[in-house]
Parts: sequence; C-alpha cells; structure tokens
Amino acid sequence: MINTDVLIIGAGPAGLFAVHQLGLIGLKAEVVDNLDKIGGQCIELYPDKPIYDIPALKECSGGELTAKLLEQIKPFKTNFHLNERVQEVSKENNKWKIVTSKKSVFLASGIIIAGGVGSFEPRKFSVKDVERFENKGVFYSVKDKTNFKNKKICIFGGGDSALDWAIELSKNAEVVLLHRRQEFRGTGHSVETAKKLEKEGKLIIKTPYEINSIEGKDEVSAITVKSENGKVEKIHTNCVLGFFGLIMKLGPIAEWGLNLDKKHIPVNTENFQTNKEGIFAIGDICTYPGKLKLILSGFHEGALAARACFKLARPNEKYRFEFTTTSKTLHERLGVKNK
Amino acid sequence: MAKITYIHSTSKEYTVDVSNGLTVMEGAVQNDIPGIDADCGGSMACATCHVYVEEKWFTKLQEKIEGEDDMLDIAFKPNKFSRLSCQIIVSDELDGLRVKMPEQQG
Repeated sequence: MINTDVLIIGAGPAGLFAVHQLGLIGLKAEVVDNLDKIGGQCIELYPDKPIYDIPALKECSGGELTAKLLEQIKPFKTNFHLNERVQEVSKENNKWKIVTSKKSVFLASGIIIAGGVGSFEPRKFSVKDVERFENKGVFYSVKDKTNFKNKKICIFGGGDSALDWAIELSKNAEVVLLHRRQEFRGTGHSVETAKKLEKEGKLIIKTPYEINSIEGKDEVSAITVKSENGKVEKIHTNCVLGFFGLIMKLGPIAEWGLNLDKKHIPVNTENFQTNKEGIFAIGDICTYPGKLKLILSGFHEGALAARACFKLARPNEKYRFEFTTTSKTLHERLGVKNK
Repeated sequence: MAKITYIHSTSKEYTVDVSNGLTVMEGAVQNDIPGIDADCGGSMACATCHVYVEEKWFTKLQEKIEGEDDMLDIAFKPNKFSRLSCQIIVSDELDGLRVKMPEQQG
C-alpha cells in the first residue's frame, strides 16, 4: 500500500502541472496512467504536431511540451505508475482507497482525475463474435513473440505497430499484412522494409482488404477477408493481430459514483471538485459552463484543485499563498538557490 | 447556410440548417443529434465524428487533408466513403448533404 497526499489519474499536461502545483505547496503526488509513457494525448496523438497556444511558447510540439513539464516537476521526484489503469475507488476512513489494474493500492486524501477523454485502449475488430476469440487467436498486442513462432499470422493495420510486428514476426512465421487502403501510415523506413520483404517473398501484403468474419470452435481456425470491390476470400490461420491504433474510453471512471455529463465530469469552478468530496477533475475530462478544452485551462484547473487538496491533506495547517519569486519555502521545494 | 441530413444507424433521419463556416460535426453537436461523439472537439485527434458520406456528395467535398485518412484507420468500420465530419466545412454548395453515422464511434 502506498500512502500519498494526492493520487493523480492521467500523466498528460494537466496531470503533470498538477504535480507541480501540489509540490509547490508541499504535497506529495503519485501518478497513474494506462499508457506506457508519460504525456497523455500530447504524446500518443500528436508528439510532433506543433501547438501554438501554450502561454509564452510561440510553438511547441506535444513531445517538447511533455519534456518541458517533466523538467519542471523534477524537484518533486514523482513516482509514475505506467501501464496501470485505476479500477476501483472507495472511501476508507477519511481517505480514498485506489486500486489499479495491476493491483497496486494507494491511500490518498485527494484524487485528481486528469484523464483526458478516458484511457487509451486498442480499437478492436468489429466483426461478429470477435470477443469470444480474444486471446484465443485474436490479439491486440504482442506480449511474447515466441508464441507466434512458426505460425501463420494475419496482421491488420496500417501504422507502425502493424508494420513493425509484420517485419519482426515474418522472421520466424508466415505473415500476411492486411490494410483497408493502399497507403500505409507508418514511417517511410518501415514501409520500405515491408515492401522489400514482400518482394523477397517473406511477407504477403494485401491491400485494400478488411476482415469480414472469424471462424473457429474454441480458437480461431480461419478468417475471411473482403477486398474493396466486395470479393471475399478465406485464409486459414490461428493468429489474428489487430493494430488499428488506440481509442479513448471512459472505462471504470463511470463506475465511481461521479456525476457524468455524456463523457465528462461536471465540476464546480471554485476548486474543480466533483460531486464526491476529495475527488477533483481537471483538463479535458471536466466540464462546467464556459469550459474550453485547451491545455492552458487544464493548468489553471490543476492549480486550484491543488489548493483544495491542501485543506484535505493538512486539515490542521493553514494554507498560505506564496509567490515563487519571493518565497524561501518555495525555493527550497524547487531546489533553487536564493540569489 | 446548408440543410444537412444526418442519418442515424437506426435509419432515423435528422435534418438541420447549419451555418456556413461551421463543420458538419459542429452541426450535429450543436443540435444534439446522437451518433457523433467528437471526443477531441474537432482537432482531428480522434475518430469519433466519423460519417459515411453519400456517394454523390463524396466527390463534391473538399479533399481530405494529410492525416485524416490516418485517423480514419482508427475509426469504427471505415469504408471508402468515410470522412471525419469535423473536417467538412459547411458552405452553400453543401445544401442537401446527407451523411450516415456508423453504429458506434468509440
């Protein structure tokens, strides 16, 4: 069990700046994110796309912004729990008990949900009965590539994951790579390598093709695929991999008793608290009259939620507002030497 | 201004007037038409405003910009008439446009 002042759900820009604001006022935060890396939508959806509306930064990519925020919170030595999704939230004495998908348990005075539009999850196949075959021949990730040795594998998708796994698995297996359109969106290098392997007869590429059905008793035995002109053909295979990219799902957040407005969590604009005392929501996931889905709004929301967390985590202390320009305490927390 | 018809996957049709300059996605969201989620708010960072454009209208639309097809790869059941409705800007020329929504977005 990890004791902390505040648990932050989501390691995107709003969550990262909340770490900073909490750290400044002397509170310790732990961060949980379902992705395998820090940065949220900024890093998953647009790491290289320039953003032009971060105050004081004329132009900044999602990747650069994440790196700058991480640099800024370095003094607070924050623990990040990646590849973990918060599953359960319950009240225990005066604190919140949080359990993740990896069974990590946290006890915190406050929770700040900075979860964007929910957690990123793989887009799945949309054919009938596909759920039945999940992990019984249908996969959305490769956990151990030796499981695929000497198999016949159908890989669907047009991005880097699909291409890279097709290239990698074709070394020790018979691989068919299928994509819904001619163009692959992966990096030039991966596309070239895949095309080269195709020429050498080491990889079969079929475009534009889509999955049409999955067949099998307990496990996948064959699939049918459909070309753009409607022609259906059968492929005997026991392994089907789908790499369509990640979509955002609200997930377990919907089960914590929070008020929801479609996929958003209503908050008050005084401290961004939800209908549950001690649970706050900031960034894209929160909603209130006038809400703007901008990164800068998430920063403001985090600053206010952090102050409200202080009252919960230090009920016997009085919060004092201080400026970073002048406060010795804040300089100590930031690890800067007084000039 | 253009009259735009949004066809739900249940075949129910919603026809609304949408001002020039707005996107087809905004036309749906502002009129509370179900079937278009638009999670990212129109920044082409998700694929939850996916629509199928009727064939005769598809070629009349402005061409897709770089990145739209990449996002559509992530959409639910995309086909060759798929578009992201946040990337279709309404003008008088689109009066009568008909778009069909997929069974689900997320």
